[in-house]
Amino acid sequence: MSSDPYDVAIVGGGPAGLSAAIELRARGVAKVALFERGDEAGGIPRHCGHPPFGMREFGRILTGPAYARRLVAAALAAGVTILTKHTVVHTGPGGLLTVASPKGIESIQAARILIATGAREATRAQLLVPGLRPLGVMNTAALQAFVYQEGRVPFRRPLIVGSELVSLSAILTCRSHGIRPIAMVESEPDVQARRAFFALPRVLRVPVMTGAQILAIEGRLRVTSVRLRLADGTETLLACDGVIFSGRFVPEAALAEASALVLDPATGGPEIDQHGRGSDPGIFFAGNMVHPIETAGHCWAEGRRVAGLIAAELADRAKSEPKETPGRRVIAGAGLKYVVPQRLTTEGTGTAPDLNVRALGAAKGHLILSNGSGTILRSQSINAAPQKPIRFSLAGLDLAGESSDLRLRLEPKA
Amino acid sequence: MLAFGNPVDAAIIGAGVVGCAMARRFSLEGASVVVLERAPDILSGASKANSAILHTGFDAPPGSVELQCMQAGYDEYMQIREDFNLPILDTGALVAAWSDSEEARLPELLEQALLNGVADARLLSRAEVVAREPALGAHVRAALLVPREVIIDPWSAPLAYAMQAKALGARFHFNAGLLSARFDGDLWHLQTPMGTLTARSVINAAGIHGDSVERMLIGGSQFEIRPRKGQFVVFDKAAAKHLRTILLPVPTARTKGVVLTRTIFGNLLVGPTAEEQEERERPDVTRPELDMLIAKAVELVPALAQAQVTAVYAGLRPASEEKHYRLHSLPEKGYFCAGGIRSTGLTAALGIARHVHGLWAQDRTAGGKPITAPPILPLPNLAEHLPRDWELPGHDGIVCHCEMVTGREIEAALSSPLPPGDFGGLRRRTRCAMGRCQGFNCLARLNSLTEGRLSVPITPEADR
Ligand SMILES: Cc1cc2nc3c(=O)[nH]c(=O)nc-3n(C[C@H](O)[C@H](O)[C@H](O)COP(=O)(O)OP(=O)(O)OC[C@H]3O[C@@H](n4cnc5c(N)ncnc54)[C@H](O)[C@@H]3O)c2cc1C
Ligand SMILES: Cc1cc2nc3c(=O)[nH]c(=O)nc-3n(C[C@H](O)[C@H](O)[C@H](O)COP(=O)(O)OP(=O)(O)OC[C@H]3O[C@@H](n4cnc5c(N)ncnc54)[C@H](O)[C@@H]3O)c2cc1C
Repeated sequence: MSSDPYDVAIVGGGPAGLSAAIELRARGVAKVALFERGDEAGGIPRHCGHPPFGMREFGRILTGPAYARRLVAAALAAGVTILTKHTVVHTGPGGLLTVASPKGIESIQAARILIATGAREATRAQLLVPGLRPLGVMNTAALQAFVYQEGRVPFRRPLIVGSELVSLSAILTCRSHGIRPIAMVESEPDVQARRAFFALPRVLRVPVMTGAQILAIEGRLRVTSVRLRLADGTETLLACDGVIFSGRFVPEAALAEASALVLDPATGGPEIDQHGRGSDPGIFFAGNMVHPIETAGHCWAEGRRVAGLIAAELADRAKSEPKETPGRRVIAGAGLKYVVPQRLTTEGTGTAPDLNVRALGAAKGHLILSNGSGTILRSQSINAAPQKPIRFSLAGLDLAGESSDLRLRLEPKA
Repeated sequence: MLAFGNPVDAAIIGAGVVGCAMARRFSLEGASVVVLERAPDILSGASKANSAILHTGFDAPPGSVELQCMQAGYDEYMQIREDFNLPILDTGALVAAWSDSEEARLPELLEQALLNGVADARLLSRAEVVAREPALGAHVRAALLVPREVIIDPWSAPLAYAMQAKALGARFHFNAGLLSARFDGDLWHLQTPMGTLTARSVINAAGIHGDSVERMLIGGSQFEIRPRKGQFVVFDKAAAKHLRTILLPVPTARTKGVVLTRTIFGNLLVGPTAEEQEERERPDVTRPELDMLIAKAVELVPALAQAQVTAVYAGLRPASEEKHYRLHSLPEKGYFCAGGIRSTGLTAALGIARHVHGLWAQDRTAGGKPITAPPILPLPNLAEHLPRDWELPGHDGIVCHCEMVTGREIEAALSSPLPPGDFGGLRRRTRCAMGRCQGFNCLARLNSLTEGRLSVPITPEADR
């Protein structure tokens, strides 16, 4: 089976994929198809029944589902072909996609592919959390799908594990559905989002315990309690009827992995250049799968930016065959968890975006960019909470003369 | 209360793989059968958490009943598997030696394999091992290759046995643990929370509770269960490319040791540990052991250093104070025991069932006639390497994206003749929520799809 080739096939109908699709059409790309494995496009925001979404995109604050509906409506109005219940199971070289749907398996051809499959929260298993395996253990996204999409309350007194923005979102979701979280625990010594945000659990009397390790989840059938070792070394048993594992996002990279595209172990997502191009020159990436994790608004803007580059490339007849582009690597040095993009090409299209950086833990001091011979190219002062996205600007830097790898490192304040 | 009706020929206590195989064998031989299971579904004990290897018996004690049962079980599985659409992953196994002392033991293992009738086992040189498995750690020395050790679907197989028994008229009662029992010289009166059942004979297949069920039935027990926990780590499917063959260690006296193997579902599995414990209801996972298993896997296959973990789990082997199976009977009371089926029961179950049925039939003149053309209900395929439902047109969309489970498959499981009693049962019948996201995407939807259809719902009843 096969159909007429598309100009661009987009995999994933979240904010990044939808905004890219809309932008491609706005720039005159004729045949844009978006493949979404779910029953509806919209991505994660579909089950985040809470604000804030949409400030950057629509200039107003929306709930997730309203925001998702708007994006989908805009894509349809722009003439994007949205194919739901379509799972892309493989992308091959030369723009070949293998797609599974209720019609069976199809091969689909596209001049360019954009993968925007998003990110998910780490599971209890991935975190190797000890104990029994009762019912009532889930991620924030699953909780939100329970209450907002299915109208069901899975527990009444859960423990929240994690202290990122999404963990605070979990508190709000709970409180608006008669669920009272008994506590929030964080294994790291510090909360992972900005301290100021933790006024919320304080006001709602949800104790926040940092430096606390889970010794065991208890309960044969359903969760009955969680055994903890607190920061001061004492052990305690918290009675609860559920556990929410929040945050510690990992890219949804199964498709990229199955398609043998090069991944960066630091992000768990694909290795890309500043245009979002991956190891196959015809395949681009955008959204949370390249940088776990950013707001929907950021992913939306990134989808647009990458779409602009794809549109320009398709319009430029000399380049309509995708080509490997030479580039320098950007290496995440001391104190840093990752730097995206992992590669800067010499190709001139578009402006160089900021480097998107995450530190290992809280970052206070200077970020220093140097070249292969150790010459410092730029330094930027920084003070950020552990999971906070950090931007390192490349604006005005002339990298044309740099042929060696670049290294970004964190020099902590003494 | 259930109306249990007329006395049955055989009441089987426990619906693990042994109880399911027993129900099938007795039903095939024409006996009327009831299975009493304490849990909400079949396979709720040791049988839900094993390494899923169908063993040849190459390292079993020569001349033992265990070896006999394993080989009979292996052969029968191979005979019936195509009819039931039960898969194998034809991997073979390598008993790999990683040191001088381990290498020195390979010839004796080969000798035992040959003695046990595993005639195709042979030694491989280091070069041959590396050619077969290039991703192995550089310090591998040599190996014993056992070509016919294979991977199976550990849940579909016993389900197939149970479904055939059910189609032959066997009745399965769940949430119906044996509470007490009385033999009146002729009949057993078996009390469960669901009512009292009368039976002409009782077969103890209660796994981890085999000894206490034996005490309940005949007042004392010939054996004592000593639970032995085995923990596992399941790596992401991307890791499976690093290994084709089951990798077994050179065994010690106490355990078969840590195995690294593919699963039939396309993942890579490392485990089990062997930890003695008192607790019979606590198959918990513990951090040092999980870390040890991951380190072990990386030592065997260094490329696994980058592998993601998909799942962790643990099972309790129903080991007893002695290594051998505890197969015994009191024919005058119609009592038969298949206990202490420690670490080879998945392989041996069909053989154990034949063995116990043989004992049972010895001094029995009554009882039905063997069924000549038994019904065969092929199972839906869950194996990754064979065509799955999502690949066929006409399904209504995918519910679990990590494991590619369709809505049609979920519905088929829920409305099958032996439907799941709890979420675990649904997972074992379909693979749903068993993948890398562990329900991040589909848990809430599965809760809605199963509402009112599981005896133990995903979400507590009161909160609906
Ligand atoms: C619980 C939770 C709460 C959040 N709250 C907020 C908030 O309040 N405000 C905010 O700005 N952000 C919030 N976020 C973050 C926001 O949801 C994400 O930033 C945004 O959705 C990322 O967009 P994306 O397009 O990269 O990916 P996603 O939204 O994850 O979309 C990816 C899409 O790809 C599809 N897909 C994946 N693989 C395939 C395949 N192989 N074939 C076809 N389709 C595929 C998926 O079904 C999905 O629809 C929250 C996230 C979570 C998890
Ligand atoms: C870690 C591990 C790895 C293994 N690997 C392999 C392998 O690779 N290959 C292989 O062949 N074998 C393997 N095994 C062995 C195999 O899993 C077991 O031998 C087998 O599952 C035992 O089955 P069973 O039916 O005897 O026990 P179980 O599966 O435990 O079944 C007993 C059942 O009895 C029920 N029960 C208990 N008390 C009562 C009562 N009072 N009333 C009613 N019901 C009751 C329980 O709920 C349970 O369902 C492994 C085992 C473990 C634990």
